[in-house]
Amino acid sequence: MQWETVIGLEVHVQLRTKSKLFSGASIAFGAEPNTQACEVDIALPGVLPVMNRDAAYMAVKLGLAIDATINIQSVFARKNYFYPDLPKGYQISQYEIPIVERGKLDIEVDGKKKTIGITRAHLEEDAGKSLHEEFHSNTGIDLNRAGTPLVEVVSEPDMRSPAEAVAYLKKLHALVRYLDICDGNMQEGSFRCDANISMRPKGQEKLGIRAEIKNINSFRFVEKAIEYEIERQIDVLEGGGEVVQETRLYDAAKNETRSMRSKEEAHDYRYFPDPDLPPLMLDDEFIQSTKDSLPELPAAKRQRFIDQYRLSDYDAGVLTTSRELADYYETVAANAGDAKLAANWVSGELAAYLNKESLDLDQAPISAELLGGLVKRITDNTISGKIAKDIFEAMWVGGGDADSIIDSKGLKQISDSGALEKIVDETIAANPGQAEQYKNGETKLIGYFVGQIMKATQGKANPKQVNEILKKKLG
Amino acid sequence: MALDPTDVRKIAELARLEISDSELTIYTHSLAQILDLVGQMNVVDTTGISPMAHPSDSPLRLRQDLVTEQDHREGFQKIAPATESGLYLVPKVIE
Amino acid sequence: MHRKTIVELNTPLRTGEISSVELTQAFLDRIGQYQDLNAFITVASTTALEQAQASDDHRKNRDPRPLEGIPIAQKDIFCTEGILTTCGSKMLSNFISPYDATVIQRFKAAGAIILGKTNMDEFAMGSSNETSFYGPVKNPWAKQAVPGGSSGGSAAAVAAQLAPAATGTDTGGSIRQPAALCGITGLKPTYGRVSRYGMVAFASSLDQAGPMTRTAADAALLLNVMAGFDPKDSTSVDKPAPDYTTTLNDDLKGIRLGLPKEYFGDGLAADVAKTIDKSIEELKRLGAKIVDISLPNSTLAVPCYYVLAPAEASSNLSRFDGVRYGYRAADYDDLNDMYRKTRSQGFGEEVKRRIMIGAYTLSAGYYDAYYLKAQQLRRLIADDFHNAFGQCDVILGPTTPTTAFDLGAKTDDPVSMYLNDIYTIPANLAGLPGMSIPAGLGEDGRPIGLQLIGNAFEEAQLLNVAHQYQQATDHHKQAPKGFE
Repeated sequence: MQWETVIGLEVHVQLRTKSKLFSGASIAFGAEPNTQACEVDIALPGVLPVMNRDAAYMAVKLGLAIDATINIQSVFARKNYFYPDLPKGYQISQYEIPIVERGKLDIEVDGKKKTIGITRAHLEEDAGKSLHEEFHSNTGIDLNRAGTPLVEVVSEPDMRSPAEAVAYLKKLHALVRYLDICDGNMQEGSFRCDANISMRPKGQEKLGIRAEIKNINSFRFVEKAIEYEIERQIDVLEGGGEVVQETRLYDAAKNETRSMRSKEEAHDYRYFPDPDLPPLMLDDEFIQSTKDSLPELPAAKRQRFIDQYRLSDYDAGVLTTSRELADYYETVAANAGDAKLAANWVSGELAAYLNKESLDLDQAPISAELLGGLVKRITDNTISGKIAKDIFEAMWVGGGDADSIIDSKGLKQISDSGALEKIVDETIAANPGQAEQYKNGETKLIGYFVGQIMKATQGKANPKQVNEILKKKLG
Repeated sequence: MALDPTDVRKIAELARLEISDSELTIYTHSLAQILDLVGQMNVVDTTGISPMAHPSDSPLRLRQDLVTEQDHREGFQKIAPATESGLYLVPKVIE
Repeated sequence: MHRKTIVELNTPLRTGEISSVELTQAFLDRIGQYQDLNAFITVASTTALEQAQASDDHRKNRDPRPLEGIPIAQKDIFCTEGILTTCGSKMLSNFISPYDATVIQRFKAAGAIILGKTNMDEFAMGSSNETSFYGPVKNPWAKQAVPGGSSGGSAAAVAAQLAPAATGTDTGGSIRQPAALCGITGLKPTYGRVSRYGMVAFASSLDQAGPMTRTAADAALLLNVMAGFDPKDSTSVDKPAPDYTTTLNDDLKGIRLGLPKEYFGDGLAADVAKTIDKSIEELKRLGAKIVDISLPNSTLAVPCYYVLAPAEASSNLSRFDGVRYGYRAADYDDLNDMYRKTRSQGFGEEVKRRIMIGAYTLSAGYYDAYYLKAQQLRRLIADDFHNAFGQCDVILGPTTPTTAFDLGAKTDDPVSMYLNDIYTIPANLAGLPGMSIPAGLGEDGRPIGLQLIGNAFEEAQLLNVAHQYQQATDHHKQAPKGFE
C-alpha cells in the first residue's frame, strides 16, 4: 500500500520578555533553582496573576507576521491537571478564544513553494522543571521556568514529509527571530516542538490515528523523530495493527520514539475561563502601534534584496534566511561597494568557513565591517580575488583587517602599467619559444604567460591589465 | 442526573482525593442530592444568553514588563515539606 | 471599654485617657476569658502588643492614622506574614505565611492592631462554621446555636465584644449571614472594591472581603481602609473609593427602597418576616419610599451558585498538593499516592464534597449542561438586579430565612445547609454590595438581620441607610447575655 504522511506541528515559542507572563519574576536562563520563583510562581495561597503587556504585544507581532486574525478579545482559561512542576494545579492558557487565529506560513522544499496553515497561536505560561537525578529516589522541582510566557503555535496538519516539517520549523524559527520575540535557543528550550504524525492510504481523505511526539529540541531531531515514527507507524499498519493515539518521547541517543506513559490516564483538563483574569481586550491603537513596530519581514526583505542589490531570487532567499545573516550581508554590501560581490563572499567563502567549523554567524571571527573592507579592496582593484581568499584566511585566524594584511605582506596588486610592461617584457624574453608559437596562432598560450607572470609577482599582478599588455606585446 | 459510585471514584481520582468505601456511600448520596439541586437550573431557558464569567465588564489590565521580584527562596522553602539544594522534593516522577 | 465602638474609642485614644497597649490588652484578656466561644484560631498576643506599642509611639510623634491603635480581628483567610494562616483547614495548619495580604497591609498602614485570626468554615465553605478543622464557633447569643458562616469567628468575636471590629469575606453570604445570626453589622462590598490579593481563594469570581462591626459608622471607617485599587489583583477596580463616613448622615427623604417579592415568600420564618416588616416601617418613618420589585431569577441563585462556586474552588484548591507548603501526608507509595493521601487527610468532608462537585461539573461532557448553563443563569440574575435598580435605589429584605439554628442541626444535610444562603447569594452572583444590620430578635431570642443590597459601587448609600436606621433604633446596641 502507498502511505501518505500527515504532520501537524505544535511549537512552543518562549517569549523574550524580561519578566514572567503573570508575575514580576525574572525569566533569565540559568539561575540557581527556585531563585526566580516568586510568591505568584510558587502559587502561595491567595496570590493572583497580573498579565505582562509585552507578552500580548509579542503575540500580536507574530499574528500580524503570519497574516492571521488578531482577536480583539481573547480569554485566559485554566487547564487543570496535577503535576509537581505545575504549582497551581492548573496552567493558565487560552482555550476557546486564543489571541491569534487562522494564519499561514509559506515554505519551500526543493524549489517547490507551499503554504502551511496555522490554526492558532495562543498565550500560555510554561511549567517548571523536574530534575530526576541525585535525590535518592526523589524528583527535585525547580520552578524558575514556571510562568515564563509562551506562545503555542499550532499548525494545520498540512505537512506531508519530514523535509516539509523541518522547512516549516526553520521558517517559523527565523520569523520569531526576525520579530525579536524569541531568542530561538533550542538547547535551552526557547523553541520547542511537538509533532503530530499520522499515516493514511494515499488518496484517502480521512486522517489516520495520530501519535504525538513531545519536546523535540533540534531541527535534526525533528527530522529523525518523524522519519522513525513514519516507519514505525507503517510497520504497525502493514502488520495489520492500529496506531495507538498516545504521547511518545523521542530518544535522540537511540534514535527512536517510545510511549511516554503506558497507563496514561485519559486527560480531562476541565478547561474554564480563569476567574482571576478578565478578557484580554486589544484596542485598535494597540494593534496599529504593534503593526508600526514590525520589522521588515523575510519575504519583503527578500524582494528588496532583489530590487536594491540586483541579487537573484535564490541568493536573496539564502541571505534572508535569518535576520542576522541579512543584517550581516547588508553591512558587508555597504562597505564593499559591490553588492553582488558582497553576496558571493557572504554565501560563498564565509558560509563555507562557518560550515566547516560548525559555527553560528554570531561566532564568526570576521565582522561584517571587516569582510566588507576586504571585498572593497577587490572592487577597487587593490587585490585580486585570489589574493583576497588568502587574506580572508588570515583574517579568520585573527590577522586583523584587510588593509593591514595587504600592507604588511605587500599583497597590493600591481596595477602600474609601466611596472607591468616591464614584467611582461621580461617574461616574453625568458620564453622565446612560446612567444614564437603564440605568434604562429597558438593564442591559448596566453594563459601560460599569465601564469608565469602571476608566479613571478606572487599573484599580485592585475590579471586584466596583464592580459591586455600581453596581447599588445605578443600580437 | 444519576450519579453512581463509579462516577464518584472517577471524580475523586481526577481531584486526587482518596475515598474509602464508607465515604463513597456518603459522597455518592450527597453529590446526587446536590446535582438534583443544581438541576433546578433547567426550568429556565437560557438559549442565546451570553455566559457571565466575571461580575464586571472591565477588560484585563496589563502590567509593564519589569522584573519587580527578588529572590525569597530561603523564606519560601522554610515552610516547604521537603527540599534539597534549593529544589522542592517529591516522590520520583516516572515518565 | 469593650462596649465602645471604634468611633467612641477614638476620643479616649486621642486624649491619652487610654493607650493602644491598654486597649489591646483589654481585648486580649476578653478573648482569653471567652475562649469557649472558639472564635479565634490564633491569638497574636505578642505581635499585637508590639504593634500597639508602635502605634502609641506613632501617636506621640505624628498625626494619628485612620485606625490608629484600634485592635482588629482578622479572618484566618487573610495571609499574615509571620502569623499562622490556616483558612480553617488542616491543610494549612502549619502554614506561616511569608507575606501579607493587601488588606492586611492596608490595616497595618492605617495603624490598626492585628489581635488574632478568627475561626471560619474550612476554606470559607460553610454557613455555620461547623466545617472548621478547629471546631465550631458558638453563637454568643445562644451557645447551642451556630454563629453562621463562613466568617463565624469574626461575627462571634464582634458580637461578644472580643474585638471592636473584624474582617470577613463573603462568597455567598459569608459576611452577611453570620452578621445577621450574631446581631452585628456586616458589609460585603462590590466585587472588585477590596483587593483579593492574599485572601485564600474560594471562588474567585464571587469572593469579596468586607468589614464586620457593631455599627454602620464603624463599617464605614473600616471600609475606608480596606477599599481601593490594587495593581496586584486583576479584578480590582481602578476607581477611587470615596470617604464613606461623609455621607452617613445624608437624609433618607425620598430614597426608594425596593422589596423583592421573591425574598418574602415561602420559607421565610414568620418571626423574621415580622421583624423585617417593622424595619421597613421604621425606614418609612425616616422618609423612605417603598417600591415593590421582582428579581424573578434569584430563586435559582442557589443552584447556580452551587455549580459556579465549587467549580472555581475545585481549581483554586488544586495548589494544595503537599509540595511547596502546608500539610503533607506522612506515608505514601508514590507521587499520586502522596497527592491523594495529602489531600484526603488535609481537607475536610465539605471541602472534598465541593471539590468533587466542581470537578464533575467542569468535566468533559458536563461543562455545557452545568457550568455554561450556570454562567448564563448568572447573567439573568444580574440583569434582574439591573432592571430593579431602574425602579429603586436600595433593595431591602431579610438576610436569612431563619434565626441561628442549633449546632449539628444541618450537618448531615448539605442541601438544607446551602439553602440558608438563599437571600445572600444573588448579590454575589451579580457582584453587588450587600449589607446586614441587626433588626431585632426572633421568638427564640436570637438575632435577625435586615439585608440591604445596593447598586455597584454604592456602598456609601448602603452605609447611609444603615446608619440612619441605627440612629433611629437600638437593635445594634443589644449585647448578648453574659457579654455585657
